[in-house]
Amino acid sequence: MFPYCTDPDTLDTFRWFSCYLTTGVHMSFYLSFLKVLALLAITAPVALGFGFLGAMAARAQFAPLSLFGKGYIAVVRGVPDIAFFLFFVIALDQAFEWSRHQILCPDWTDPIRQGSDFLVCPQAKLPLGTAPEWMHETYGFFLAVITFAIVFGAFAANVLFGAMRAVPHAQLETAAAYGMSRRQTFWRILVPQMWVYALPGLSNLWMVLIKATPLLFLLGIEDIVYWARELGGTKTSRFTDYPHGDWRMWYFLFLLVFYLAMTRISEIVLERLMRRLSHGQATSGGELLRKETTA
Amino acid sequence: MKTLILTTAALALTAGMALAQQTVRMGTEGAYPPYNFINDAGEIDGFERELGDELCTRAGLTCEWVKNDWDSIIPNLVSGNYDTIVAGMSITDERDEVIDFTQDYYPPTASAYVALSDGVDVMSAVVAAQTGTIQAGHVAESGATLVEFATPEETIAAVRNGEADAVLADRDYLVPIVEESGGELTFIGDPVPLGGGVGMGLRESDTELRDTFDAAITSMKEDGTLNELLKKWFGEDTQTY
Repeated sequence: MFPYCTDPDTLDTFRWFSCYLTTGVHMSFYLSFLKVLALLAITAPVALGFGFLGAMAARAQFAPLSLFGKGYIAVVRGVPDIAFFLFFVIALDQAFEWSRHQILCPDWTDPIRQGSDFLVCPQAKLPLGTAPEWMHETYGFFLAVITFAIVFGAFAANVLFGAMRAVPHAQLETAAAYGMSRRQTFWRILVPQMWVYALPGLSNLWMVLIKATPLLFLLGIEDIVYWARELGGTKTSRFTDYPHGDWRMWYFLFLLVFYLAMTRISEIVLERLMRRLSHGQATSGGELLRKETTA
Repeated sequence: MKTLILTTAALALTAGMALAQQTVRMGTEGAYPPYNFINDAGEIDGFERELGDELCTRAGLTCEWVKNDWDSIIPNLVSGNYDTIVAGMSITDERDEVIDFTQDYYPPTASAYVALSDGVDVMSAVVAAQTGTIQAGHVAESGATLVEFATPEETIAAVRNGEADAVLADRDYLVPIVEESGGELTFIGDPVPLGGGVGMGLRESDTELRDTFDAAITSMKEDGTLNELLKKWFGEDTQTY
């Protein structure tokens, strides 16, 4: 990185670290923080969407749809995250490739499963075997986002389902008395008011989601945990210009600080959001706000 | 009969062409120097990187390197995430049931025990080894108490912090670590010959690719380039072909 980095053995501590912390591997480490943040930024809204649809389905009058919604919530919430992650990502990948295989290679005669091998025609591979490595990584990341969204969507669905029921029934009756249809009541009365009931549950979910991001590592994505373990490991002078002992403790300490900081920032933001949502609501929080402004 | 030979030849030719266009994805662990590791620039480096690149050049293939955890390195090969395993994997009968191997490109390896002091009896002590390696299998059979870890790094750390009395791993992996430990770690006992050499792992259905790499390894053995590579990465007195 810096011109004086050519011979690290001769450098003083400060300069040594300035070189060490700017090597190519460390850049990958810093980049993996962005990966985690991107995962959070994409997964949270998608999971919320899944949750909203799940809650709507569970509330539906149409019995099969309601059964589907309730089944989704029950099954995904009941299966351990790790089991779901390990199973689902492989199954999803193979399902994509299998369907592409059926469409793109109808003339293929070899069986897809040969012993333990899973073989589709080269055109059906996802991404294509010729694709550059970043496409493979993006595809893996995309699978991870879907899996995270499905898991956390089920929890969010349960939270929202409860929140929808927590809205005082008198509100809905009033809407009906004004001649609103079920759909109008849902969108105009129920949905705007339910968020304040959902927020404590959703904020919990957000915290759990932050803490669940190291699961990325299980899915073969090189996230911050992977790099912390790799970079912190003992390095001997034969294979690196920056030999050091077992520094994993320091790297993981840094991750700890990162996650704590994430938690603190989230807390501040969620608190503000709660204040805003409580405005004008018939809840204790809303009552408190009303007193503040009138006093 | 003649047509049969002709069609086979034609098939082999077209299949060969299809192979040439395809990128061959090479899976490795990236945590087992000198076989494979991540260098300061963040790239995969080591004996197997250099060997793999040379094999691909000789076979006229475009190759791309992929990192994967050791734990799931075979399942991910079998489900088609990459096409080869080049990760210091010893050829064993158990693995051969699930995947195929090329001929060995590294002679049958010597494994060794490393401990903090000489006085450890490796037949009854607590011995660390990496999960799913031939060393782990050997420790389990030897009567010692086996503790398994996901990465080689963690097996060494376990000895340093006293969680295990000794570690069993490939001697080549241990040599630089023992040398730089400043006398803290020592080899104990004699090296243990394990496994049938290190080979490249491929899917059982990928016989063509296996033959291609087999031929490339043979040619490197014949002209001595493989021996040069072995000496470069494992020292002058390593076993050669």
